[in-house]
Amino acid sequence: MDFNDSPDEAAYRQQVRDWLDANAPKARVAGDPEGGDGMAASKAWQATKAAAGYACITWPKEWGGQGGSPVQNVIFSQEEAKYPIPGNPFQIGLGMCVPTVMTFADEATKQRFVGPALRGEEIWSQLFSEPSGGSDVAGARTKAERAPDGSGDWLISGQKVWTTGAQFSDFGIVITRTSPDKPKHKGLTMFWVDMKDPGIEVKPIHQMSGGSGFNEVFFTDVRVKDSQRLGAVDEGWKVSLVTLMNERLAVGGQTGAGWQQFMEAARNTPGLDGGSALKDGALREKLADWYVQAEGLKHTRNRTMTALSRGQTPGPESSIGKIISAVQMQELGNTAIEMLDQYGIIDDPELASLNGAFHFSLMFGPGLRIAGGTDEILRNIIAERVLGLPGDIRVDKDVPFKDMPTGR
Amino acid sequence: MNFDFSDDQKFLKGEARKFLEANSPLGRARGVLENPAKGYDADLWKAVAGQGWLGAAIPEEFGGLGLGHLELCVIAEELGRAVAPIPFASTVYFLAEAIMLAGSDEQKADLLPKIAAGEIIGAIATSEGPGATTAATLQATVTDGKLTGVKIPVTDGDIADVALVLAKEGGKPGLFLVDLAGEGVAREAVKTLDPTRDAAKLVFKDAPARRVGAAGAGMELVEQVFDRAAVLIAFEQCGGSDRCLEMAKDYALERYAFGRVIASYQAIKHKLADMYVKNELARSNAYYGAWALNTNAPELPVAASAARIAASEAYWFSSKENIQTHGGIGFTWEMDCHLFYRRSRQLSLVAGAPRVWKERLVSHLERRNAAAA
Repeated sequence: MDFNDSPDEAAYRQQVRDWLDANAPKARVAGDPEGGDGMAASKAWQATKAAAGYACITWPKEWGGQGGSPVQNVIFSQEEAKYPIPGNPFQIGLGMCVPTVMTFADEATKQRFVGPALRGEEIWSQLFSEPSGGSDVAGARTKAERAPDGSGDWLISGQKVWTTGAQFSDFGIVITRTSPDKPKHKGLTMFWVDMKDPGIEVKPIHQMSGGSGFNEVFFTDVRVKDSQRLGAVDEGWKVSLVTLMNERLAVGGQTGAGWQQFMEAARNTPGLDGGSALKDGALREKLADWYVQAEGLKHTRNRTMTALSRGQTPGPESSIGKIISAVQMQELGNTAIEMLDQYGIIDDPELASLNGAFHFSLMFGPGLRIAGGTDEILRNIIAERVLGLPGDIRVDKDVPFKDMPTGR
Repeated sequence: MNFDFSDDQKFLKGEARKFLEANSPLGRARGVLENPAKGYDADLWKAVAGQGWLGAAIPEEFGGLGLGHLELCVIAEELGRAVAPIPFASTVYFLAEAIMLAGSDEQKADLLPKIAAGEIIGAIATSEGPGATTAATLQATVTDGKLTGVKIPVTDGDIADVALVLAKEGGKPGLFLVDLAGEGVAREAVKTLDPTRDAAKLVFKDAPARRVGAAGAGMELVEQVFDRAAVLIAFEQCGGSDRCLEMAKDYALERYAFGRVIASYQAIKHKLADMYVKNELARSNAYYGAWALNTNAPELPVAASAARIAASEAYWFSSKENIQTHGGIGFTWEMDCHLFYRRSRQLSLVAGAPRVWKERLVSHLERRNAAAA
């Protein structure tokens, strides 16, 4: 049991370090990745990585990858994180959409799209969630029908929601309902779409945290060629499973302020006895709990790394990361704000502790508990796929989609 | 990166499980529970000694197997799964560790071979009443090599041959070895939450005492010994906690209510998922503790604290929710659920309560941060 790289891993890390030392940005570019200088910097860094084979390390060499292992991917991420690299708006495309295109599209389509995506020239969105859908991806109602002109083209109409990055995306993969007479998993079809096509309208969603990372996307008679279909007609659920399987590997644990920041803030805040709040027994107990959770997750990742380095694939047990960290983010933010007492309501980065990091945790925590699978869905995943308990009783599996009760 | 036990260590763990299962461990725990006067299961103790487990981490020159602490960790996990009713922790994690850490050459040569051979049982006596014992509250005293004072409770105090006793000498805490069969020692069994483990009140009156380690260093030495024991106990706790989850899962998959197995209800599924999450966090923290213990890393106090806190929380949660999952039958004497519930409390308290460890952890983090600043 040790934390050192194996000789192969150490050699790869050194190779990565040398390359980053020569090529990585030395200063952070200001601005959002969504536009302007921030986006330009993101695209430039992606192109640099792609030219050297570091953009998608685990992809086969023929598609611009290195045919590398997941461990090599992790090593690169660890080393890359030491540099002031720009934001990464390519993650959803390269982690989920493009692998789906690579699996299901024809050769010409693959040749057209994979390279530009890898080099950061084109950005992709995943158009799955719908206003009534929540965690029930297979409940999609956005419909695709053959165009009445006999061309074989399809017309897509409906609405998607929670689409990350749609406002700056070039292409997307969209799951549609093609056979409402069939049970819900058997009447879905997947397409790729050009986000600039007529009939597609993107509206950013204003979140409770103040940000606008997600969008609503409206489809009105959007015409797509049959050649844009990914997989067979009505087989879209199988296609989406490939996308969603990749999602689990791609969604990371961004947790905002942690125990270190809390400890520092407590040290500098007066406690009830006039000394430092860090001497408050109740706060110390919470601090210990958060430390133990954070360490537990860190070493759970070390165990996963070990499994990866032995050629095993990480299983659904990786769901525990988000269950713990999203709740902790919310609670830690809230406790920090309570510690500040009346001052805690101030959410002005100029005035608030740590430029409002605790307020960000409080206000973004609820979103993290939902995104990429709610706490409840993740507990179901652990119960069913790790512990082997029965699935929930399903009343919708064999009912024609059009006959299903829909509520609101 | 190799954050896992080796194949040899996993093999040892598998063998330990087979051995304990063949020896009907829960039946043995129940045997002691229903006849607490036994104190422990002497046959199981002999059998465990025969396996060499008592000396797993003791060097070969002192009659041990000379393996290491990682091997001791995997054995501990299996003993925890089995709720083993034997004085393993008292003898191995506390007495043997203290002697290996701070004993004189003569103390090592005297005690370690006897421990490895299963010839003596040890105990550690720090508590003197309600609340944690500190240098300020410590009452027992040693004068001219004679110990006077009262210790309660002392796990395995009624069956042990030798006790490590925390007492003041010249006004400063020290740690002392006392022969419990010798003069000046009176013992009285005390009833505890976990009768599968022995416990006693020890009254010393001018009992001959030999110091372990430097004069005045008793508090620091106890902390060091507790750090080491905390990691090993964390593995026992992980073993017990995992077993609770397995029991709950097995029961939920066979028990029907309202026409379906109760494992199909989300309320039960989420409860078991929460057990799993806590168990995994505890296991990962315990692994880090094992690494720190085995390499004698400077991080040991912090790693041991995290391992102990996470494991205590996981075992408490799993043992109580296991009973809840079983419903009314889980609350009966005949079911095994309460063996784990009892043991989870015993293990959480035996090296100091989690709230004390949380305080120690944060103090260490404060010092670490101050040093880094």
